[in-house]
Amino acid sequence: MIDTFRAGVLVKPYERLSPEQVKSLDQASLQILADPGVWCYNPRAAELFKAHGAQVREEPGTTHRCWRISFPAGLIKEAVAQAPSALVLGARKPENRLWLDAEVPRVYFGTGSEANVWIETEVEEFISLKDNQTRVRVPRYQELRGTTDLLSRAASLCDKLEHLDFFIRPLNIQDPGITTSNHDVNKFFASLNNITKHVQAGLTDLGALKDVVRLAEIIAGGQPALRENPLISFIACVFKSPLQIVDDTAEKVFAIVESGLPLVISSSPQGGSSAPIQEAGMVAQINAEILAGITLTQLIKAGAPVLYGSVPVRARLDDLHDLYGCPEFNQYNIDCVQLARYYKLPCYSTAGVGDAKVPGMQALFEKLFTHLYMAMTGAQYIHYAFGLLDRTNSFCPLQAVLDNEQIGKIKHCLRGPRLDSDDLEDALQMVKKVMASNHRLFTRHTRKAMHRGEISSPYHFEAKQMEDKVIEKALNFMTQLESQAAPNLEQHQVETIFKEIPGLLPNLKKFTGGNL
Amino acid sequence: MNPQALRVKTINYQEESSVSHQELIEKIAFNVVQGRLEAEDEGFDAGLEGQPAVTELMEQALEQGVDPKDIVLGALTRSMEIVGEKFERQEYLIPDMLASAECVGAAMEMLAPHLIKAGIKSKGKFIIATVAGDLHDIGKNIVAIMLKGAGYEVIDLGTDVSVDRILEAVREHQAPYVGLSALLTTTMRVMEEVVQKFDEQGLRQQVKVLIGGAPTSTEFAQQIGADAYCKDAFQAIEKLKTFKS
Repeated sequence: MIDTFRAGVLVKPYERLSPEQVKSLDQASLQILADPGVWCYNPRAAELFKAHGAQVREEPGTTHRCWRISFPAGLIKEAVAQAPSALVLGARKPENRLWLDAEVPRVYFGTGSEANVWIETEVEEFISLKDNQTRVRVPRYQELRGTTDLLSRAASLCDKLEHLDFFIRPLNIQDPGITTSNHDVNKFFASLNNITKHVQAGLTDLGALKDVVRLAEIIAGGQPALRENPLISFIACVFKSPLQIVDDTAEKVFAIVESGLPLVISSSPQGGSSAPIQEAGMVAQINAEILAGITLTQLIKAGAPVLYGSVPVRARLDDLHDLYGCPEFNQYNIDCVQLARYYKLPCYSTAGVGDAKVPGMQALFEKLFTHLYMAMTGAQYIHYAFGLLDRTNSFCPLQAVLDNEQIGKIKHCLRGPRLDSDDLEDALQMVKKVMASNHRLFTRHTRKAMHRGEISSPYHFEAKQMEDKVIEKALNFMTQLESQAAPNLEQHQVETIFKEIPGLLPNLKKFTGGNL
Repeated sequence: MNPQALRVKTINYQEESSVSHQELIEKIAFNVVQGRLEAEDEGFDAGLEGQPAVTELMEQALEQGVDPKDIVLGALTRSMEIVGEKFERQEYLIPDMLASAECVGAAMEMLAPHLIKAGIKSKGKFIIATVAGDLHDIGKNIVAIMLKGAGYEVIDLGTDVSVDRILEAVREHQAPYVGLSALLTTTMRVMEEVVQKFDEQGLRQQVKVLIGGAPTSTEFAQQIGADAYCKDAFQAIEKLKTFKS
């Protein structure tokens, strides 16, 4: 347990499944892991499973070597029990650290995906064809390819978004100088140099892990400091659904677990194509995949810090793309949160994605629908929650600002009631006092609660007249936020990083108060 | 905030007692800005609970013979100006503003006998009522508190007040101002009856009628012959200033 960490919101979990249904799904997952088992394309993982009692046999007739693994239930159960139920995700500022405890439904929200497209917004004025005195201001959008500068901008903006708790790089960097081998150091440095919150990403190139870890050590203040305050963590989608362990991702899991840094074992089957669309089948399968992934981490190193990463989605039946803002998405995801709680594993969950291509009513509906439901479940770590549009293909900073306002309201809404004896005594005194006054108004007595931050504000981007100014106002607010300086690292840290870490792009050489 | 930060106007205090009197006036002003009526009240800033507030400080000031005029000008008027500025800057919200206005209203009530003795008049008597058939009084109460805070002598007749009772109060108090409130489209017509009765009974020239409430409007005020429509308490204070000038 650490003494300082972000508050998130502590909720009373909404549960969809009964305890018996949770156990049934657990049993179904264990049955899947026993028969048909999983198809493993990584020899080290197959060996390791075999050494711990799994039945392993090489699959005949496959293009790449593949082993069928049949897990005894006891192996999975023992391994999962070894995974820690609580862990710290560190941050440059101690107050921005996250404390994830599987038994405490404290909810944090952050970004996610690695979108190729950045959506820039500007507001343009148009004149009515009927009456040239009537003008309206309308948002216009431009699509840009992701770059290190834009990722830096995203990180800096996200540092200033009050309700954003962690940063998963939301943008794929595609500068001309970016290659497979320097992708990781650039994305981690662009993020860490611009945000004081926790930074998480997938690992593009296994060979870059050593440099990424060293980069984080320089910022944290050395190897022991990084272990104590893991500024960075990783995501590994080790399963390709249905039920196939990917060779190179499994290698990354070995390396990341051995590094001692936290890891999300994430799976994202699509109901209707790579998993059953029916709730029972989808959840049993994704749970089986995650449990097998977590088993791998614990067999590599017992007690390795790991998150249960569930991203179950549903297929649209008109084009088989992912469909996020729909009832089934919530149903699948709520079930997974309950299963993670059953296994006492902190849950990396999902909300805030939709089909909408631009900010607006559709985006609001799709996002609110999942933001609110998933927060209610008490999932500890909700990713994809800020700025994503066009499913997970675009990151729009303006949308992140809108999501921040929405998530702030949700966090407020889900706060626990203040009903201790002092609160009730205060209330009784207040009623007596006000009823003894001439005007019988409680207004002045709202001040204490107001100043303690207990009273929510009106929607930040509201319009007073008969018009909708949400996007224009949010854009103005974003401009204000972006005019504040980025929280860059100190000059000596940046100099050391550029000296020790190869492959960093020169445009990222920025420190507090200047550029190198 | 500390009392010095208020930069309260200095008055012509008597030489021998200027320090302690000025300190008291500054403390009253500070507590008005903080919206602290009694010692147990919290202020805008933290950590003030338990310290003497406007009621206790007013008692002390009157005991020590501080000139009531100096209290009005040095402590109450200036501090409400500061509160108004804070509200304009959105540093204060309505509850802060009302808390301060309530402090000024209470201080004015404590000062009333002393002001009469000293021959100092209030800004004027203001009769306020929610008209017959209507029990809604939140808006009316807010206006009453704010007008008291602005230095008017407010006579609040309450809710569901008959036309005759309003006329009787105007006559009895010789009030130059009447404020009428209604929240219902069915009761707003009573306002028209009040204005007509003023006309019939020869009172119309001596009284300014201000109306307010959700269904009312400038157009409605003009239609029924009222002097002003006020969308809120702030507008009421502004309108009253224009009548005075």
